[in-house]
Amino acid sequence: MMLSVRDLKVSFRTDDGLVRAIDGVSFDLEEGEILGVVGESGSGKTVSLLAVMGLITDPNAVIEGSIRYKGRELVGLPARELRRLRGNEIAMIFQDPMTALTPVYTIGWQIAEQIQAHQRLSRSAALDRVEELLAEVNFPNPREAMSRYPHQLSGGMRQRAVIAMALSCNPALLVADEPTTALDVTVQAGILDLVRKLRATHNSAVVFITHDMGVVSELADRVMVMYAGRIVERGSRSELFNDPSHPYTRALLGSIPPLTGDKPRRLPAIPGSPPSLLRLPKGCAFGPRCPARYEPCDAGKPDLAGGSHAAACFRVAQA
Amino acid sequence: MIYPILRRLGQMLFVMFGISVIVFLIFFATPGADPAARIAGRNAAPEVLEAVRHSFGFDRPLYVQYALMMKKIFITGDLTSFVNRGWKVVPAVLDSIPITLSLVFGAAVLWVVFSIIIGVAAAATRNSWLDRLLMALGLLGISMPVYWLGEVMNLITQSRYHDTWLFSWVPPLGYKNFSDDPKGWFLTLVIPWITLAILYIGIYGRVLRAAIIESMQEDYIRTARAKGLSETRILLRHALRTSLIAFVTLFGLDFGALVGGSALLTEVVFGLQGIGKLTYDALQSLDLPMIMATVMYASMFVVIANAVVDFVYILLDPRVKTS
Ligand SMILES: Nc1ncnc2c1ncn2[C@@H]1O[C@H](COP(=O)(O)OP(=O)(O)OP(=O)(O)O)[C@@H](O)[C@H]1O
Ligand code: SF4
Ligand SMILES: [Mg+2]
Repeated sequence: MMLSVRDLKVSFRTDDGLVRAIDGVSFDLEEGEILGVVGESGSGKTVSLLAVMGLITDPNAVIEGSIRYKGRELVGLPARELRRLRGNEIAMIFQDPMTALTPVYTIGWQIAEQIQAHQRLSRSAALDRVEELLAEVNFPNPREAMSRYPHQLSGGMRQRAVIAMALSCNPALLVADEPTTALDVTVQAGILDLVRKLRATHNSAVVFITHDMGVVSELADRVMVMYAGRIVERGSRSELFNDPSHPYTRALLGSIPPLTGDKPRRLPAIPGSPPSLLRLPKGCAFGPRCPARYEPCDAGKPDLAGGSHAAACFRVAQA
Repeated sequence: MIYPILRRLGQMLFVMFGISVIVFLIFFATPGADPAARIAGRNAAPEVLEAVRHSFGFDRPLYVQYALMMKKIFITGDLTSFVNRGWKVVPAVLDSIPITLSLVFGAAVLWVVFSIIIGVAAAATRNSWLDRLLMALGLLGISMPVYWLGEVMNLITQSRYHDTWLFSWVPPLGYKNFSDDPKGWFLTLVIPWITLAILYIGIYGRVLRAAIIESMQEDYIRTARAKGLSETRILLRHALRTSLIAFVTLFGLDFGALVGGSALLTEVVFGLQGIGKLTYDALQSLDLPMIMATVMYASMFVVIANAVVDFVYILLDPRVKTS
């Protein structure tokens, strides 16, 4: 097992009280596997993976639980050790390529900086490597692109530069936080191809956060659906798309998921809005919006139950 | 490269022309502003007034007077004071420039170095006791009036404690030419430098701290962390580097204004005959040629400082070039 997260809890102390953004998330990831993470805005996708990266810098954050990477516990690991993993073994791509790069340095400089942070390489060797990487992410003229500043590149090119940077040290695990959301559809396809290629050539595991069910259905091996800081359903891609069991997943896919033909591409609007983390309902967090809600739902929080295909819902457990 | 420089030069000429016309009109053409009456003194006889008017050329049309004055400043360089006849204004200004430049340059080195150290230290230890202490000291520096601070400095280093080992090296007030006596130049300026710099260290330290803390919230800092860089490197190479853009803008404006004469108070307390002191004296005696010359000089410096800032800006922020 490459990554094994157990009962992860992340809370933030705020003026209005303690906000539990992540409430007991557990999942595993194998080498070379692509895990899709979906859920509405605020469901905790980003926070849970920032926790894995050790990138929650808010001094008011409290992180509990266990995150094991290749058998090594990351929670509580000294900053120095964590830095050695970050960018080297575990790389992350962020949502907005427009703001993800430091505006005052060239692309080449920024990628070389990461390489030199982890490998004893001369500047020129690092720059040669940058050129290779940029070619690998399909820059037509890598030499020239290296001397460009971020603002001189289009959104898609920037995101590819960010990906090249993430790949620079051959990470075993790549975390991509909505890498295509800010890009238009044609550019998206290219980025998805890159992620697939990366898995094929480097055998990297990928965690892919997205709002887009279409992307998940194309890319992911396994899928994890989050709601209000918890996993509500997880399973293989086919289990989830062909046989969604949690009412929330069903709602995401449209009430009746098509077994064949086109899959819905975007998260359809679900009536109502996600609950405030400060005022979670006493029972199932999805209860107020759930068409299948019945008495037991208000009594307590359903646990994630089942084998490889699991859901957190009293109805499913009962069935 | 040539075109922007030419454009700057044109801009500078335009600004200087505009300022010279306005200053000229204020002193010559506003109602009741009769330079002859001022020179001749109160209750002068009409014949005396007439003579003064003629001898200074005030009986000629305004534009001729203006043109003559400009010619005397920029071409022949022999404009003389209205107050002390025979005193050549242009050499007086030229003589005061190195004094002001020495003062402002040294102070600027101090304030840049120390405000960067303070700003970075405070931002790095945000909300700690060190941060609070540094910011409180900065506020203190900002709130001390320069003139008062200079007087206190003089009191301490020139009289009260002058005879102790601590300050016996401080020479008497005044300026020494660098070329004649480099050591004397340095020693006489140390206290003025510190005095002038304290205010700016306070301002710049606080500004830089705020800018760094703001940059630390940016997405690219998160990227830098995700790359596995050390916190020091993130702070210095990413957050500080992007914060310097605001810092440099502020610096250019302040530096230009100081070199242009606003180091006046420091010059006065420490008996330095700089450009600020010259302007101050000229304004006291309403000595128009001197005012004109110092104002021309000051506007030139402000524009040059702006041009230098823009240039450094291009070096610091690649986004400027294309937009
Ligand atoms: N530093 C913080 N302090 C307080 N609350 C926080 C903090 N960071 C995140 N949160 C809260 O944690 C919850 C989960 O946020 P997160 O960013 O993980 O959502 P997300 O699923 O990634 O949403 P999106 O799709 O919009 O990116 C949100 O309700 C957010 O308000
Ligand atoms: S537990 Fe109840 S309310 Fe929650 S999703 Fe299942 S049926 Fe709906
Ligand atoms: Mg997010």
